[in-house]
Amino acid sequence: MAHTEIQNILEIRDLKVIYKTDLEVVEAVNGLDLTIGKGKTLGLVGETGAGKTTTALSILKLLPSITGRILQGEIYFDGEDILKKSEHDMQSVRGNRISMVFQDPMTSLNPVLTVGDQIAEAVQLHNPDMSKEQINERVAATLNMVGIMPSRSGDYPHQFSGGMKQRVVIAMALSCEPELLIADEPTTALDVTIQAQVLTMIRELRDRLGTSMLMITHDLGIVAQTCDDVAVMYSGIIIEAGTAEDIFLGDKHHPYTVGLFNSIPNLDIKSDRLNPITGLMPDPTNLPKGCVFAPRCNHQMEICLEARPGVFEEGTHKIRCYLFSEAAGNSKAGVDLNAE
Amino acid sequence: MLNDNQTVPLLETVELRKLFKLKGGSNLHAVDGINMKIYAGKTLGVVGESGCGKSTLGRTILKLLEPTSGQILFEGNDITKYSVSKMRPVRKDMQIIFQDPYSCIDPRKSVIEIISEYMFIHKLYKSRVETFNKAAGLMDMVGLARRYANSYPHELDGGRRQRIGIARALSLNPKFIVCDEPVSALDVSVQAQNLNLLMDIQDELGLAYMFVTHDLSVVKHISDDIMVMYLGKCVERATSDELFANPQHPYTKALLAAIPKPDIRMRNKEFQLIKGEVSSPVNVKPGCRFASRCDYAVPECSQRDPDFVETSPEHFVACYIVNGR
Amino acid sequence: MNHQKVESTTVDSFKRPSQTKEIWRRFSKSKGAVIGFVLFSIIAIMLLAADFIVPYEAAIKQDFSQQLAAPSREHFFGTDGYGRDAFARLLHGGRTSLSIALLATFSSAVLGSALGAISGYFGGKVDSFIMRSLDIFMSVPDILFTMAVVYALGANFTNLLFALTLAYFTNYVRLVRSQVLNLAEQDYVEAARAGGSGSTRIILSHIIPNAVGVIIVNTTLNVAKIILYESTLSFLGLGMPPPQPEWGLMLSEAREFMRTAPWLMFFPSAAIVITAASINLMGDGLRDALDPHLKS
Repeated sequence: MAHTEIQNILEIRDLKVIYKTDLEVVEAVNGLDLTIGKGKTLGLVGETGAGKTTTALSILKLLPSITGRILQGEIYFDGEDILKKSEHDMQSVRGNRISMVFQDPMTSLNPVLTVGDQIAEAVQLHNPDMSKEQINERVAATLNMVGIMPSRSGDYPHQFSGGMKQRVVIAMALSCEPELLIADEPTTALDVTIQAQVLTMIRELRDRLGTSMLMITHDLGIVAQTCDDVAVMYSGIIIEAGTAEDIFLGDKHHPYTVGLFNSIPNLDIKSDRLNPITGLMPDPTNLPKGCVFAPRCNHQMEICLEARPGVFEEGTHKIRCYLFSEAAGNSKAGVDLNAE
Repeated sequence: MLNDNQTVPLLETVELRKLFKLKGGSNLHAVDGINMKIYAGKTLGVVGESGCGKSTLGRTILKLLEPTSGQILFEGNDITKYSVSKMRPVRKDMQIIFQDPYSCIDPRKSVIEIISEYMFIHKLYKSRVETFNKAAGLMDMVGLARRYANSYPHELDGGRRQRIGIARALSLNPKFIVCDEPVSALDVSVQAQNLNLLMDIQDELGLAYMFVTHDLSVVKHISDDIMVMYLGKCVERATSDELFANPQHPYTKALLAAIPKPDIRMRNKEFQLIKGEVSSPVNVKPGCRFASRCDYAVPECSQRDPDFVETSPEHFVACYIVNGR
Repeated sequence: MNHQKVESTTVDSFKRPSQTKEIWRRFSKSKGAVIGFVLFSIIAIMLLAADFIVPYEAAIKQDFSQQLAAPSREHFFGTDGYGRDAFARLLHGGRTSLSIALLATFSSAVLGSALGAISGYFGGKVDSFIMRSLDIFMSVPDILFTMAVVYALGANFTNLLFALTLAYFTNYVRLVRSQVLNLAEQDYVEAARAGGSGSTRIILSHIIPNAVGVIIVNTTLNVAKIILYESTLSFLGLGMPPPQPEWGLMLSEAREFMRTAPWLMFFPSAAIVITAASINLMGDGLRDALDPHLKS
């Protein structure tokens, strides 16, 4: 175990997260395993409700306090188990060693503070000894880094367009040069031409600073262009993972992954009908026994309905499917509430 | 537009303009001189990014917004100046499907009530029960299980809610539907389901669509012709195949190039970026509106609006560099 | 046509399943709300059954031999300065007070909401006119206004109702207007217009039902206020003319006997406070039950 801790900036093992309201229990993350190598970018792909954002919030221990609960699992950040850290310790991690960029730039920025003040706040929080001048220099450098004139640091968020706001948000996230950047659908709300600008910028910055990145998205195109490794998430677990080559060029795939690729309208080929995956993601308050994808799967076998499949490994490529692996997995789908 | 022996377009606009007056007297040029024709049974895709005016165009054509100038001709009739009461019967023929499945249906009404609403307004059927039964039939047509008839919208997911909107739009047997980003708010696999549905319905009922979207890959599949909009103006128009095979306007080319393709062999290719941001649609000056961001721009581009020229059969481009005028 | 597989069971009825069960379930989760509901129910039942518990004559029959008697088995709450049974007066007075208050609440809600909806939906000149008129209206202090109305028109049930309605409808106008401004932006309103719906239909069918949650909650909170206000009016002598009992009037009459017969102040005060408080508790519970998103 010791040697992998040096290579991986983030390692998640068997994470289980639920949301408990007085009406029901939502099983959001159900035994997640994830690894991000240092300096690498992992694309976490999945549709709405797969549990991607919950995973991100769990890494930062930012789940809603009343309803969100991490039932079990380990999250090793640079070798240390984050889940064992106190809230006080987490505060020096957030924004400093791990930063997050959210989807909607409109609501990520405080409308009554100038952009410069907001970046300065982030810098000062983690560098309490810096002088005012040093902070201002850092703010100017950060703005430059994302292609915004430092003279605009006195402007308010509403004076910026959507794309520029998102760049400010990214600037804030990178201002303390974190080791890990979590980007949760950072360009979904942006126009495609602005998205291209922002993605290019993220790539450049990541290369220059050597930041590791968790890129959460549903867009396979973005994954192809920006990610070294890929993990496909469905109903709270990773059903396929590997390098980008494994996922895009490999010959074996989880049926869900195949379905995802087929659903995308192909820019190059015009067809009369698209090939969507039939049905919908299962209700997270009532997950099926066995493989979570089985109800929608064209290759469904009897064994798929009984227990969750184990992981088939071929080098870096891992697939959780009975088509490839024979053994059942260790943990069943479902929540043991006594473990709270 | 390929018109298959039809001479009169179902819908036509002539120099249609919609300007919004802002506080302080300036004008926001949302839609600025659009000429288009849609024939029965065909789909015109309208593509562009935010602020290009495509949504405003859809709503203006339906007279949900009052046009500032120009003409809207529906089945040959000039409906531009129709009053609310004169428009009412026309509304049976032209409908809209909205983008946001969460706000487009009344959260306090059941599914069957939402679908039936238009039929009640126009008193299409004699009894309540008959109307509801027709609505149930529409549910079948859009693939909504009948057991949802008495459910509330919040009990259904985005894809199904969107289908409620589609069923409602179909309830008056329209001839033309403006589809305003109908799948943008949905997950990829649900998008595909709903797109198939829209195409199937079109085939079965012979509907004409104006399909507004920012997503080029979606528009390719569903459109016969495509119109690219930028800041209120149409910069290029061609058949779907032709536009993708042979894009001519610099903006169209940039738009196509900006889409991240799910192909890692293209990974190290730089995105061909358009520099800068979209300029303001407020108080526009003469000249090509894309000029400030265009890599090929010459001084003449900013002096007068470029002409909309047919560069090859059924392929129109408004660009000084391409046309010389 | 390749439809998705659909179970085409016929729909037996097109009745919307009522949401009231769900609302009641959420309501009953709040202890305060349930306590308020129980208390208010007890009060309401007693007042409704007033005639069966104690006849009205006991409330107005004067008997100077029994003046200022302390509470006893014969007179549960004692007697007042005229020898009238205080318990009977409380019950019958409560009927008057509460019925005026509830009716006034209802009419002020209807008037205020209608104005607010019209103002918010149509905007422009209509909105400006209504809002500026409202400003002028509200610049006159409530009590003065009510006094003027009562003096001008005389004190009877209808006029009191009228005065109270005018005093309280303004609460609703602003509230409903801002709700409507928000709701009118929703896509489903535009969808209704796209279907050919006229403004009246949109307001009645789409806007009011979606604003009704806010209206209901505000109304329950206002009932308490109006009860207090009505008591104030009758305390000031602007209420129903004697010998009609009313809680505020009873308080006013009890003032001079504060030392000698303190129970005469105690029971009407308690009645007012308990009724107002129980309604407030219900109002809070109702607000949370109607919109569970408000709770964190």
